[in-house]
Amino acid sequence: MSNINNCADNTVLDIRNLSISFQQYAGRFSHTQLETIHNLNVKVHAGELVAIVGASGSGKSLLAHSILGILPYNATWSGEIRYRGELLTQTRIEELRGSEIALVPQGVSHLDPLMKIGTQILKGRKDAATRQKMEEVLERYGLGDGVENLYPFELSGGMARRALISMAVLEDAKLIIADEPTPGLDAKLARRVLSHFRELADDGAGVLLITHDLELALEVAERIVVMHDGTAVEDTEACNFAREETLQHPYTKALWRARL
Amino acid sequence: MEVAVKTAKNLVRVALLLLCASAIAFTLVSISPLDPLQTNIGQAALGSLSAEQTAQLESYWGVGEPPIQRYLSWLGDFVRGDMGISLLYRQSVATVIAEKLANSLLLLAFAWVISGVLGFTLGIIAGAYQGRAIDRAIQSYSLIIASTPLFWIGIMLLLIFAVWLQIAPIGLSVPIGMEAADVTLIDRLRHAILPALALSITGIANITLHTREKMIAVMGSDYVLFARARGESTRRIVTRHGVRNVILPAMTLQFALINEILAGTILVEQVFSYPGLGQAVVTAGLGGDMPLLLAITVISTALVFGGNFIANTLYGVVDPRIRKGVSK
Ligand SMILES: Nc1ncnc2c1ncn2[C@@H]1O[C@H](COP(=O)(O)OP(=O)(O)O)[C@@H](O)[C@H]1O
Ligand SMILES: [Mg+2]
Repeated sequence: MSNINNCADNTVLDIRNLSISFQQYAGRFSHTQLETIHNLNVKVHAGELVAIVGASGSGKSLLAHSILGILPYNATWSGEIRYRGELLTQTRIEELRGSEIALVPQGVSHLDPLMKIGTQILKGRKDAATRQKMEEVLERYGLGDGVENLYPFELSGGMARRALISMAVLEDAKLIIADEPTPGLDAKLARRVLSHFRELADDGAGVLLITHDLELALEVAERIVVMHDGTAVEDTEACNFAREETLQHPYTKALWRARL
Repeated sequence: MEVAVKTAKNLVRVALLLLCASAIAFTLVSISPLDPLQTNIGQAALGSLSAEQTAQLESYWGVGEPPIQRYLSWLGDFVRGDMGISLLYRQSVATVIAEKLANSLLLLAFAWVISGVLGFTLGIIAGAYQGRAIDRAIQSYSLIIASTPLFWIGIMLLLIFAVWLQIAPIGLSVPIGMEAADVTLIDRLRHAILPALALSITGIANITLHTREKMIAVMGSDYVLFARARGESTRRIVTRHGVRNVILPAMTLQFALINEILAGTILVEQVFSYPGLGQAVVTAGLGGDMPLLLAITVISTALVFGGNFIANTLYGVVDPRIRKGVSK
């Protein structure tokens, strides 16, 4: 396999100059645009795990939602989002989301509280092949033993995370966007959940891992994008976090020092 | 064991509730400034009676008897299953209530089912399409109706359907002057339709507004956002997740509606001269017919309590969080 081909073909997600703004009503007739994300660029290749690291409220979830076409109605966005080279329009993302492009959300509140786990994973599909595959996937994540017949409130935090990951795995998603999949888990469980994302990248998917935990991100990601004030202030190989000198932006350097 | 304790607790609770309700109704009528003799026999007739006859009437209507004693004697009979004789209708209270309740149940059942089904459907649609034209239309209707007095709606229905279009009777539960044996089911339904409609129109508005609120909360939830991210269409989200999650609170609403509809029948039966429980309670209250009034009070309180009780029980059966929580 030639290197040139590799470079040309394996970009799964390519975000260019993404800006997201909200209408803010100031009085009866005037409103201002509040730009929450501006000129953001992010790239994810197949087989790569890229971590977006940023403080709470820096717009990480908005980034995820814009890729999936589920921004709130009062948001407008500009820029370009490409999936495997193809421009993602609203129509196109509606076809792709839930199959090739999967979101792994934060936790159990993203599951219908009154529907059994298995029913939710299957999304209405009833064929034997899909059922069979679901059972294999659940088994892989240690969720055999009738977990499919449980309701969300019966799952522990770690089980809920693994059930949510199973959903993406069942669809054979090629791009997986994980929005803060670890809060509320102890360090050991959090590592285990992150290792699952590492496996998915190793199996060839592109993974965009959104987190506010730089420490954990460094353990699994090959690239780190630091978000601050609505844009990416640093986009660098994880190995550059070994020393402060190889980091560019003051905010990143501050993050680096904070972890000592 | 646990079930037995719970049931016993509920029985004690309902007994206390009924006791309080009857005591309050009794007190209200006892302190009413209306003199039963003057209201029911008339000032002029009273004047022409001998002292002996007046005394007889006073004892019939319970005038001068100490209230506590009167209440306790009613209570003693009631718990033994004897509801007494209605002073106004001069029939056993049980007979009067059976007849009136049968009339009212027709209205109640119709309004309850229609309000539940239509209110739920409209609420789901409005909530699912919050802010769109369809939502604004449904919401405007509901808000306007919910703030319109029920008797006014009744009078409007009478004007439109009975006076102008003349396609519905103007009142009562059966055609005037017809032998009871000749009255058909169609006749009864024709007479029930307008009062039932009046009750339903307000019932729908109530249920719609509440259901809409719940639906909006569901549509804004994390799990609906995630369902969207998983490629589920709005239609599927509404039927798969929306209805499922709104049906539980809707059930509670639906049983609470019994309360409102019962209260509504009092007004509606007045407007349509419909001889049901609502009209009987007004007659009994104003005329000082204590046995009838207390019996109706106890029965309607029991109906409302029964509704709430069913709602709570169903909730436990339907909601897995409660169902499984109990078995653990
Ligand atoms: N519906 C909305 N209307 C207005 N502002 C919003 C809305 N949703 C998010 N925001 C703004 O976007 C910012 C970033 O939100 P979010 O992406 O959830 O942050 P993060 O996931 O990094 O914690 C929030 O601080 C908020 O000010
Ligand atoms: Mg977030």
